[in-house]
Amino acid sequence: MKHLIPEFEKMKERFPAGFEPSLVLPCLHRIQKDRGYVADEDIDGLVAYLGVPRIQVEEVLSYYTMLRREGIGRTHLQICRNIACSMRGAEGVIDHACKRLGVKPGGTTADGKFTLSTVECLGSCGTAPVMMVNDAYHENLTLAELDRLIGELVVEERAGEKK
Amino acid sequence: MPGRKLIMNFEVTPTSHTLEAYRARGGYQTLEKALAMEPADITKEVTASGLLGHGGAAFPVGRKWGVMKPNPGEIHYLCANADEGEPGTFKDRWILENAPHLLVESMLITSYALGVRHAFVYIRGEFDLPYRRIQGAIDEAYAAGLLGRPQANGFTLDIVVYRGAGSYVCGEASGLITSIEGRKPYPRNRPPRLTVRGLFQKPTVINNVESLANITGIIRMGAEEFRKVGTPKSPGTQLISISGHIAKPGVYEVEYGYPWAKFLDEDCGGMLHGAKMKCVVPGGISTKVLTRAEIEPLNLSHESVNPAGSGLGSGGMIAIAEGTCMVRFLQVLLRFYHHESCGQCTPCREGMGWMHKIIDRIVAGKGVPEDIERLYAISHANDGTTICGMGDAAGYATVGILNKYRDEFEYFIQNKRSKFDGRLECLA
Repeated sequence: MKHLIPEFEKMKERFPAGFEPSLVLPCLHRIQKDRGYVADEDIDGLVAYLGVPRIQVEEVLSYYTMLRREGIGRTHLQICRNIACSMRGAEGVIDHACKRLGVKPGGTTADGKFTLSTVECLGSCGTAPVMMVNDAYHENLTLAELDRLIGELVVEERAGEKK
Repeated sequence: MPGRKLIMNFEVTPTSHTLEAYRARGGYQTLEKALAMEPADITKEVTASGLLGHGGAAFPVGRKWGVMKPNPGEIHYLCANADEGEPGTFKDRWILENAPHLLVESMLITSYALGVRHAFVYIRGEFDLPYRRIQGAIDEAYAAGLLGRPQANGFTLDIVVYRGAGSYVCGEASGLITSIEGRKPYPRNRPPRLTVRGLFQKPTVINNVESLANITGIIRMGAEEFRKVGTPKSPGTQLISISGHIAKPGVYEVEYGYPWAKFLDEDCGGMLHGAKMKCVVPGGISTKVLTRAEIEPLNLSHESVNPAGSGLGSGGMIAIAEGTCMVRFLQVLLRFYHHESCGQCTPCREGMGWMHKIIDRIVAGKGVPEDIERLYAISHANDGTTICGMGDAAGYATVGILNKYRDEFEYFIQNKRSKFDGRLECLA
């Protein structure tokens, strides 16, 4: 994470003085974006950089569901299963995605391309069901649209491999 | 159209969220007016407006501000709560995506009134476009010299956007500030109130995005004019985000006092596939469901909905069609509460897990008749025994459904299957 320190310094500028502990979460977000997860050495580096107790970093990492200690597939599909999405067919969408990818919720395909997760309310109830593909929302999702999206992603993956 | 509009009063285009478009609509003119006023007079105006908080509890905004006594030289903070996570609620997202400068201008005015030098927008981690829009608006405001630089009267404000990382409890005000302090968001006991000791032990006002978005309008038109919209006890408007089995889901700005049934049948186009309405979740899943017959005589105002034993809450309305299995419905809710319990207070940490297990057992056809009373008992044991309101809310939602649809639970336990076909969808 050392190469990210200039970015962290810039982040710090906007915070009031004495807010170093507040940087734990934004720094972890940034590290995860860089590496895909947060490794042991990132924790060591962050503890040294911010001067916060190690337990604080570990606690934040283990509490927040968006932070990961292990890598996942290159494309992260997250399907909402909360009430508004379930009322608009999310359960069928989740079943279909599981079959199509051959994994259970939380699982990663054997080739490491996709990780499928179920999540609680993404605040997109009016356009349910909703799925996140990495950072982007895909709303009013249908089974056909899901198939099309996964198909496109598979093609992108192949193109990436050829390069 | 459900009454007059104060927030969704412009046409949304691909550029309507920009500084240029906002200025063309008269944006940041109210800030000039506010900066010429005495800070205490702004708080007086907001108190006189009768604005009620839009986060769910409908606490008067002026009263919250009134607790904070801004002393020159002392540190005070303001946080906009954009951790919109109550299932069924997606109205703050509309403001963040489409009117981010309205929030920035309102935060400038509020910070001036409360002697705030640094303000925060706490936004849930999953929101990507809303984050980019609010951060973009703040960057524009910095470039235009509205933020980070002294204004004509010397007032200066910095705004930091702070991203959450997937936790419902961060929407609770004290959980939110604990999260900004860089820790897991355990809510705090009150007193002391957060307006006395909040972020890093300094007086802090935490207002919902929609509550703040109203501030610019109140200062622009004055409290008296603002009160002409809505009802005497619920002044102004409320953004209602409606989802579920409704023909036209989405965000609607509703003037308080608008007839509820008319809103659903005409403005929202009635039920999906012409289905009959079974009941409605009025304002986020933590508010008690009301049957179609119960809402018939009501209008959309706090004084009309509260006596019916429910509330408008966060404006997250969910319409439910006849034939929906309420046992399965409650199962989804309890799974969510169990997932989101932060684990600090025993009644909620254990109680949510027990309730989740019980409802899963019923749905699996292994329920026993005592299970219904157990769900009641756990709900009641949670009430008032936890630091934050999440445990209470889960209990209210459970009791609300059990009271009205007990027969469906009894049927499920006795026959080991749903009284309907166990589905949550509304088929054509």
